[in-house]
Amino acid sequence: MGATHLPATEFDGTGMDDQREAEAEARLGGPAEPMVQLLAPDGTLGTDPVFSEYAQRLDPDKLRGFYADMAKIRRFDVEATALQRQGQLALWVPLTGQEAAQIGSGRASQPQDYIFPTYREHGVALTRNVDLAELLRQFRGISNGGWNPKDTNFHLYTLVLAAQTPHAVGYAMGIQRDQKLAAAAAQADGTAGRPSEPKAAVVVYFGDGASSEGDVHESMVFASSYNAPVVFFCQNNHWAISVPSSVQTRIPLSNRAKGYGFPGIRVDGNDVIAVHAVTEWALERAREGRGPVLIEAFTYRVGAHTTADDPTKYRESAEEGLWRAKDPLDRLEKYLRAAGLADDAFFDQVKADGDELAAYVRKTTHDLETPDIRTAFANTYVEAHPLVAEELAWFEEYSAGFADEAEPADAETGAAH
Amino acid sequence: MTTMTIAKAINEGLRATLGSNHRSLLMGEDIGALGGVYRVTDGLLAEFGADRVVDTPLAESGIIGTAIGLALRGYLPVCEIQFDGFVFPGFNQITTQLAKMHSRSNGNLTVPVVIRIPYGGGIGSIEHHSESPEALFAHTAGLRIITPSNPHDAYWMIQQAVDCQDPVIVFEPKRRYWLKGEVDTESPGMSEDPFKAHVLREGTDATVVVYGPLVPVALAAANAAAEDGHSVEVIDLRSISPIDFDTVTASVNKTGRLIVAHEAPTFGGIGGEIAARISERAFHSLEAPVIRVGGFHMPYPVAKVEEDYLPDIDRILEALERALSY
Ligand SMILES: Cc1ncc(C[n+]2csc(CCOP(=O)(O)OP(=O)(O)O)c2C)c(N)n1
Repeated sequence: MGATHLPATEFDGTGMDDQREAEAEARLGGPAEPMVQLLAPDGTLGTDPVFSEYAQRLDPDKLRGFYADMAKIRRFDVEATALQRQGQLALWVPLTGQEAAQIGSGRASQPQDYIFPTYREHGVALTRNVDLAELLRQFRGISNGGWNPKDTNFHLYTLVLAAQTPHAVGYAMGIQRDQKLAAAAAQADGTAGRPSEPKAAVVVYFGDGASSEGDVHESMVFASSYNAPVVFFCQNNHWAISVPSSVQTRIPLSNRAKGYGFPGIRVDGNDVIAVHAVTEWALERAREGRGPVLIEAFTYRVGAHTTADDPTKYRESAEEGLWRAKDPLDRLEKYLRAAGLADDAFFDQVKADGDELAAYVRKTTHDLETPDIRTAFANTYVEAHPLVAEELAWFEEYSAGFADEAEPADAETGAAH
Repeated sequence: MTTMTIAKAINEGLRATLGSNHRSLLMGEDIGALGGVYRVTDGLLAEFGADRVVDTPLAESGIIGTAIGLALRGYLPVCEIQFDGFVFPGFNQITTQLAKMHSRSNGNLTVPVVIRIPYGGGIGSIEHHSESPEALFAHTAGLRIITPSNPHDAYWMIQQAVDCQDPVIVFEPKRRYWLKGEVDTESPGMSEDPFKAHVLREGTDATVVVYGPLVPVALAAANAAAEDGHSVEVIDLRSISPIDFDTVTASVNKTGRLIVAHEAPTFGGIGGEIAARISERAFHSLEAPVIRVGGFHMPYPVAKVEEDYLPDIDRILEALERALSY
């Protein structure tokens, strides 16, 4: 079979060079295929046959809330970066540029939904009411988690790329089972038809780089096979550390969903209104039992991959400039002002709130307590474990030996004072 | 008391679990209509339905990874990995996720997933169907690893694994699936604690520690040694993580000599761990170095020569002779 028999893609009929050019264009300018956009970079609101309806549900308060969230999390990002520079954090993973993708999708979820992030989803964490100071525990090197996922239905960050995607599908399969069990129980005790728990779904975040991992593939197969209520949310921020998305995929990532048998949709990831609409649609669909959706949020990581990264080594600053022109905050501000929904007072207040958050995070981070290694002994297993007990006993004895030595030394210092 | 094979005992154990706990479920490749390639799950699909006995897509990482998600939602998944050599696509999920979820959540989350893996050689099979990778998992904190060697243990240990709040890997000695023995389905008796070693045969001259498929081999070697006038104690370890060092230490304090045998390669294996610990714990009782008997440092060899690879009665007797010669 020749190449002409291959299924059509947007690269059909293009030679290798043309293809590279198209890819380069896609990275620098617009995407290679239509994507959902409602709020243009100039702040004007467009229409979409499906998603305008979702945008119309947003009242002015919600829209102002989106802006406030995005501004807050950007301010937080700046603060965390500064904390890292000052040696207060071991590493920081900045999100600037991806605020709309995260706030838009996070605000589309309901409290009963469960969220599996990767490690850059600070904006989503904000929408789930995770204490942002707690979120820094991991980066400060005092925890591998830092918050209790059960409090907010926001799972721990996962550093092994894509490993959380099958967890999300399994969790979604669990939700499905809960609904069946509840229905069966209702039937058994004659209360069938009574309102049950609010239906839930799962959102799992991953990057364009992670999309190459086998776990994403396996997850999509499972999700499709069992029609699991899960939304795959890929933030295509164009770079996996130094490797461009063109190395991960030759077609728009959203197109991959077709191969698994569920819808894939590419959305302007810098357009908070469109992201919100698309995610709300996908989540409603999943909660109704209509199966998974893949959302590709087409966005850009404006800063470095982490504070240990140097993007000048692998990308042109012109590229960053092009994306800064599509800034998610600027465009919503333009819209809010033009529509008369927000004025200087509002934006001043947002700024003040951001500074307050930053001050809180700075203070709380300094105060975060380093745990005792005994908590690691305690949490390795749920049930009693002889090896852990033995090693802990050894550690206690060993430490006690130092305490004996330390005492007279302390007394001496005490005397000197 | 009823007599059954190990395979049937696991089947009955799973049946009891599925029947008593509606949040338990089985997941794996071909475990439904076929009943698994070893028929361990035979008949369970018909009895409990496709929601409880789930034929999964062919994807080990997907099986373990979705099981983790189900466990996070409050379910008790029991995953079957078809063969030892095919667990590696799921290794990442087991070691980086399953083993660590509890600790990285500071104790807030539990993932009581059970993974059943038929393991070991001696069945004349082809590549990747005869491996003993238990040490690779035992090295990872957060996992528990058990391996039954008889039907009674097999019946109870699978249920105890499901009841355990920690993730448990059950290595099933596949060449012993058809080994018959008595099962008391009413009471586990002294098998109540799956992480405790059993002294199967008492002796005074040397201790042989084994587990899983080598248990009958060690017992036969002890019988042969008895004919030569040597009294050999045989311990079935049962749990590879944690290891019941107290039982082994007590035995070595009595016998003064220790041989550890397993099918897995000796280098970096469980035997080395036991040798080191016992050297520390029972140094003054030891009258000979701890001797390890195991596979060679090579990929599991082709079936036609596996007899030369697998520890047998003679290899254990040779080790015994060496230990006694000190
Ligand atoms: C399995 C695995 N391999 C490699 C890494 C190292 N690593 C960390 S981030 C990263 C790039 C990820 O890119 P992407 O998925 O696009 O997400 P982004 O960081 O851009 O949000 C790599 C290679 C890892 N964390 N996990």
